[in-house]
Amino acid sequence: MSSEVATATTQGHTHRDDAGTKLGMWLFLFTELILFGGLFIIYAVYRFSHGAEFELAANELDRLVGTVNTIILLTSSLTVAMSITAIQEGKKNLTLLLVGMTVVLAFAFLLNKYFEWDHKIVAGIYPGSPDLINKPQGVILYFGLYYVMTGLHALHVIIGMVVLVVMMFFVKNGTIHKGSFVRLEAGALYWHLVDIIWIFLFPLFYLLH
Amino acid sequence: MAIAAAAHGAPEPDFYHAPSKHKGIFAWILSTDHKRIGILYLFSLLTFFLIAATLGVLMRLEMLTPGKTIIEPQTYNTFFTLHGIMMIFLFIIPGLPAVFGNFMMPIMIGAKDVFFPRLNLLSWWLFLAGGLLALVSVFLPGGATDTGWTFYVPYSIRTSTNVIPALMAAFILGFSSILTGLNFVTTIHRMRAPGMTWFRMPLFVWSLYATAWVQILATPIIGITLLLVAIERWFGVGIFDPSLGGDPILYQHLFWIYSHPAVYIMILPGLGVVSEILPVFARRTIFGYKFIAYSSLAIAFVGSLVWAHHMFTVGMSNTGMFVFSFLTFLVSIPSAIKVFNWIATLYKGSIALEVPLLFILSFIVQFCIGGFTGLMLGALAVNIHVTDTYFVVGHFHYVMFGGTGFGLFAALHYWFPKMTGKMFKKKPAVVSWFMVTIGFNVLYFTMFILGYQGMPRRYYDYLPQFQTLHVIATVGSWILYSGILVMFVNLLISLRKGEKAGANPWGGETLEWTVPSPPPLENFDVVPTVTTGPYDYSKYEAVQEAK
Repeated sequence: MSSEVATATTQGHTHRDDAGTKLGMWLFLFTELILFGGLFIIYAVYRFSHGAEFELAANELDRLVGTVNTIILLTSSLTVAMSITAIQEGKKNLTLLLVGMTVVLAFAFLLNKYFEWDHKIVAGIYPGSPDLINKPQGVILYFGLYYVMTGLHALHVIIGMVVLVVMMFFVKNGTIHKGSFVRLEAGALYWHLVDIIWIFLFPLFYLLH
Repeated sequence: MAIAAAAHGAPEPDFYHAPSKHKGIFAWILSTDHKRIGILYLFSLLTFFLIAATLGVLMRLEMLTPGKTIIEPQTYNTFFTLHGIMMIFLFIIPGLPAVFGNFMMPIMIGAKDVFFPRLNLLSWWLFLAGGLLALVSVFLPGGATDTGWTFYVPYSIRTSTNVIPALMAAFILGFSSILTGLNFVTTIHRMRAPGMTWFRMPLFVWSLYATAWVQILATPIIGITLLLVAIERWFGVGIFDPSLGGDPILYQHLFWIYSHPAVYIMILPGLGVVSEILPVFARRTIFGYKFIAYSSLAIAFVGSLVWAHHMFTVGMSNTGMFVFSFLTFLVSIPSAIKVFNWIATLYKGSIALEVPLLFILSFIVQFCIGGFTGLMLGALAVNIHVTDTYFVVGHFHYVMFGGTGFGLFAALHYWFPKMTGKMFKKKPAVVSWFMVTIGFNVLYFTMFILGYQGMPRRYYDYLPQFQTLHVIATVGSWILYSGILVMFVNLLISLRKGEKAGANPWGGETLEWTVPSPPPLENFDVVPTVTTGPYDYSKYEAVQEAK
């Protein structure tokens, strides 16, 4: 999606319309928000019907791990935003460094998430596990949503990482430069989307009291 | 290339003969030209349509007699599921936008292509992948899906048939639909020719614009919902499974939050085609242009808020039922605005009864019947009596087939000369219109009566008292199916042997009629500058007034 640039003709002379490309990207981001919106509706319905059990289940999550991951993602949004300023000033190496830092932070987020999931699974809390099935229905629903929503988010983190690595490649070979950086902007917009969804997931799962 | 050709004094080749960097079939399946992609959609879509229509005819044949006629009950279940999935996700939803939107919309607004041509090609590939996956799922071990196209839980979680491939197919097709919508909105916003203001756009483009927004905003919900059913089957998460605390009614809400707006994705471009074709053959400026344009947006907006009228008997508060019933009634206002404006356009026009107009006239009558029965279904008291009967089947087919399907046939005949450069033979086309219209009404009007008498839908067997009506409906399906075959054969023969059509055989006033048939690769030599609205028939109207 983000590597798509308006090419109005197949016959050589290309016409560029960065505002249009960004409009397309924003529309795509809306669809992503609505995709998660469906899950947020389900969360709202079940939290309304099983409020007390949701709080009980939320105690099982490690708030420190969640906080660390929030800080990591917020920092990565900062670095990717700074990379846009860097490319606007024509600083190629700085751009590469900042996008690279974003990818490293994304990896750190996933690593942290992996250990968190692993910890839960070892403790016998995963969909369909014999331990979980005997718990109250609200707890089953809470962890079902926890795995689905953070899992889908993690998938988006991975997609975002791939997009950013491709952007680094484009910066390196000069496709993205001071005069043309709409692809990097689109990639960064996607990354901010990944960030903002986590900003909602974090309180909904970790800060229930 | 254009310059080189002009230098030699030769006319620019049409897009079928334009040079391509790929050879053979790859010049098609790797082309980013919106016209080629439109043709790709046309052929893949009509193939799926014929398969699904054949399934429909076989189902009708099964209903000829009570008990078993030709197929087993389980086969019947998979037939109506596959018929629904294919007709909805592979034919009616992509239908008009993907074929005629792709081919005509950029030309109609004076552009050389859509805004994201490569994304456009990706949409077609996703469409094809989704379609093939749906077909392949039939032959995988486990058997074809038997849930109905609605995939209602908990049955879709428990059945042993291949639900997951069918879900994934619908998911991929949804993604394709989103990308097309996104492409169209961006194209209409950014690529209109100089002077092509919003209120000079052809009404078909307006309807595509409204449709594209619904595609963008509603489709992600079905995406996540179907994905959750698949996850539920894989891991037993419990989100919809009542034995784990999940709520199956929540699934129905989420399903219809998309699938009701989706019926407006299906019908809006059909309404646009009527508004587009009617003025050409009435030789008259469309009546109430702005009202028709705004009513598309109004239908798209209000139509997004009525989903729970599919669930009146499922269990809902009385307040909820009243609200959704009221909103359902509201949709009829913008729909009626369109119908009245169409009739006013015909009034005092100098009407040319060409084939596209014949289909449009059938459309208007059938859309009215479909609309009125829709109001009956939206009324709470009647709904409880006729819900889940053949009445619903009749209503749905009157709107979707009698409306959008006929709109697609009209568009196919209207734009056939532009797309192919050939004119179709009129006489067989009129015969096919007659057969399709008669067959359609015999088949589906009978269903209203059947449903009103209490024949439930999706049932394999029935009481003997219903047999007469079932026989009439089945005979209707034969007439309808033969009519469709006559139409397709006529168009295929005309493709080879038809007479050459000029640039403007119908006397249309929109931009696509100003370019050669078929159009050259880049549509326009010079980007046009637009100075008037789309349906300027003042010269004809002056003559008519003088009479």
